[in-house]
Amino acid sequence: MHQSTFTMNQDNASEKPEKLHSSDSRRDFLKTTSILTAIAVAPATVAKAAKHELGEKISVALETTPVSFKVNGVKKQLNLEPRSTLLDVLREQLNLTGTKKGCDYGQCGACTVHVNGQRVLSCLSLAVMHEGEEITTIEGLAKGEELHPMQQAFIKHDGFQCGYCTPGQIMSAVACINEGHANNEDDIREFMSGNICRCGAYPNIVKAIQEVKNGGQKS
Amino acid sequence: MNEAFFDKKEYKPLDRVDGRLKVTGAAQYSAEYPLPNMAYAVLVGSRIAKGTIKSIDTKAAERAPGVLAVISHMNAIKVPGYQPKGEHPSEPSTNGQPLRVFFDNKIYSNDQPIVAVVAVSLEKAQHGASLVKVQYNKEQHQTDLEANAKAAKLPEAAKKNPKSPTADYDRGQKDAFENSAVKIEAEYVLPTEMHNPMELQAIIAHWEADDKLTVYDKVQGTKMTQKNFAKEWNLPEENVKCITTFVGGAFGNGLHNWPHETAAIIAAKQVKRPVKLVLTREQMFTMVGYRPRTWQKIQMGATQDGKLVAINHESIGQTSTYEEFTESTLQQTRMMYASPNVSTRYRILPLNVATPIWMRGPGEATGAFGLESAMDEMAHVIGMDPIDFRLANYTESDPDKKMPWSTKYMRECYEEGKKRIGWENRKLKPGEVRDGEWLVGYGMGTGTFGANRSSATVHAELNKEGNLIMHCAITDIGPGTGTAMVQIASNATGIPTEKITFHLGSSEFPNAGLQGGSSTVNSVGPAVLSACNALKEQLITMAAAKGNAAFNSAKADDLMFDKNELQLGGKSAKTTLADLFKQNNIEKIETTKESKPDENRTKYSMYAFSMHFAKVHVHPFTGQVRVKKIVCCADAGTIVSPKTAASQMIGGATGGIGMALTEDAVMDHRFGRYVTKDLADYHMPVHADVPDIDVYFVNKPDLLADPVGSKGLGEIAIIGVAPAIANAVFNATGKRIRELPITPDKLI
Repeated sequence: MHQSTFTMNQDNASEKPEKLHSSDSRRDFLKTTSILTAIAVAPATVAKAAKHELGEKISVALETTPVSFKVNGVKKQLNLEPRSTLLDVLREQLNLTGTKKGCDYGQCGACTVHVNGQRVLSCLSLAVMHEGEEITTIEGLAKGEELHPMQQAFIKHDGFQCGYCTPGQIMSAVACINEGHANNEDDIREFMSGNICRCGAYPNIVKAIQEVKNGGQKS
Repeated sequence: MNEAFFDKKEYKPLDRVDGRLKVTGAAQYSAEYPLPNMAYAVLVGSRIAKGTIKSIDTKAAERAPGVLAVISHMNAIKVPGYQPKGEHPSEPSTNGQPLRVFFDNKIYSNDQPIVAVVAVSLEKAQHGASLVKVQYNKEQHQTDLEANAKAAKLPEAAKKNPKSPTADYDRGQKDAFENSAVKIEAEYVLPTEMHNPMELQAIIAHWEADDKLTVYDKVQGTKMTQKNFAKEWNLPEENVKCITTFVGGAFGNGLHNWPHETAAIIAAKQVKRPVKLVLTREQMFTMVGYRPRTWQKIQMGATQDGKLVAINHESIGQTSTYEEFTESTLQQTRMMYASPNVSTRYRILPLNVATPIWMRGPGEATGAFGLESAMDEMAHVIGMDPIDFRLANYTESDPDKKMPWSTKYMRECYEEGKKRIGWENRKLKPGEVRDGEWLVGYGMGTGTFGANRSSATVHAELNKEGNLIMHCAITDIGPGTGTAMVQIASNATGIPTEKITFHLGSSEFPNAGLQGGSSTVNSVGPAVLSACNALKEQLITMAAAKGNAAFNSAKADDLMFDKNELQLGGKSAKTTLADLFKQNNIEKIETTKESKPDENRTKYSMYAFSMHFAKVHVHPFTGQVRVKKIVCCADAGTIVSPKTAASQMIGGATGGIGMALTEDAVMDHRFGRYVTKDLADYHMPVHADVPDIDVYFVNKPDLLADPVGSKGLGEIAIIGVAPAIANAVFNATGKRIRELPITPDKLI
């Protein structure tokens, strides 16, 4: 559902700008209602603000939503625009750039993170949907200096070249074993196929996952 | 240069030196530098393929919250480098130069960047971009290669220089093909393919002062970028800095500076803030190059017993109307086989599309699909094993340049590859082998690419703790440049790899060319060697000056480190680095060394070679092709980093699977627009498409090519893979598919 909504918005943005009338867009509606509400609540201040064309600023202030979640064990309290994806919040606001943007449409897997232990495509997930949840990114996988076995196995088997898809591959790989989808090579290939590696490190990634699975990561 | 000491040492598999940074998310790519006060730019592209912009309504975008500027040709600041010298500025020629973004109202291709919306956040810039309304004066565009083939032309470079690799070429008799005993003639088509590295093209442009520009830019050449932007902005080169520490794949699309980079630089100048601009995945299809759709025709003549008589090979590749893009599509046809008569005709066709750029294996990979398919077709007609047919036409010297090879070890590749793929299970007649309900086929294809080398400079310092630290401007797009250089330095000095650091990816570092054309190890490797030897010579001089007589006549090659001890080969003399530095009262020694191609290049023909073997299953009812195994053999000279080199070969084979079976950028010619513009529609191989890939290296040094003995690997890893798979599909089914990709509809 989230995917189709997001794609539709993008489609509007890139395909048919001429059909978008700013006067009746949802955003302007929100802006107007926000200002109206604000006027009702605090007429004097807001009327003054409107006079000084501060309407946009007010609407911006009213269009963010408070949200709190844990990222890599650290509680974050943020005021976010509802349209911000978890991916963009991680990268642009929390400076956790280990999570990568490869397509923004959930087609490449580079943005894979764990939410409450499950693998999630952070580009298809709005940040405000994660109230109270626990998010783990690649930066939170190692225990201090000690790498997670999957990280070690990726280095050992050279499961990457450029390294850009690697955080997503590793987050997916850890979840793949936890889901019980790493019992044989074909399973691993199938259940890792949402993570694209253009450098073509696939056979080495499969070896890394097998090693970690056989080394005892529980499924 | 005496290689005695060097040759004794063996290069061992080493984990990537930047592996930890990459698996922890700490590696910093171009969009990942958090500068204060950053603004975000989003590009709006044209919705027509040819014409002019009638009007742009930016009012709504400008009013949108957080939007700082809406920039187009209407209000962009003047870029000094846009003014063509010696021509009237109002009528500039666009043929033969990069697109000038926000320069005028002309549209040359669909999704050409025409507006940049700059805002305080990415979301606000995206929203602002959605509010821009553009009206056009549309003109009739041409985007169809085959429909416009008659307008194809000889490239300007070939017109000016008959020795250009794209010029017409004739060897032997012109009517040799017509008079051949056995003749085949076939046309081959390779569709437009997209590099589609996983990292979106990204730049942060930062004017640190009015005349001082820093870009964190996803490119394959920091010095190229520095030079180009210095020229574009009329600045001294030292005022422009390009930082490219990590590149999330490129495959060639970083070999050119593109309009989005200039757009970000303009935007940063106008809003007076650092500007981050990251392309969307759709824009990766339209703004940063691609492998051009190419049509080829091959006429091949042979004797009944399998001796090539003639090859005529022609090709037409598409380019844009403003820039002539060429590649070496037909080069290997001139030199790969001992055919006495060869003609090549290379043409380009300007269309209303964006400019292509070299994509891995570039033209050679395109040409190899034609040539190696035709070789398979001819072997089939004659009734010969395709390997025997190639061996019957093996050439011991370059028939094109008429020079000896520096090295060529292809026979080893044929033998090893045959063994590993199980070639003995192949039947000459197609469709004879089955595994359950699946048809089984075996095929092979050959690749070659010039063992290129350019000049490169490395700065190296050795400190009293015994750490060797090197700097060079080269970039690394993923093959493992740092790892390879550390291995070369370790082998040359004996210093353990963990005490060696190789810093790359900044125009502030000593000069290096582009990371492209399989030339990095061949070019930068020798500079590393040279710098290491210079350091060793300094140490010998220091030791000798302090009365250590054994060092008096020693040469660099005699000296090796063993832990922190300096040992003279063959002699028992030794000293420690700490003592030496203490005696001389210094903290470190350093050197800067340049290494250049030498005169051997005028005496020998230098190529790297590969041979790929594929085993496929084809389903007789659904036409589904499954690649079951690939064996890659390479004669690439010395393999300095066996682990990363093997990965490079596996990666090339994976790219070849995409070329052969799935990749196809489909254009809707009614609009001149791609319909496959994301990763759900443009199919790159995923885990489930890629089988076990077996890699074999001949690993014999080519010391004529360069002192490291390396011939380059990145291109030959993919060249020849697609025809190997196409030939295997023919062997399985008897169906010859001459237009890639081999999708199921073509087999049923």
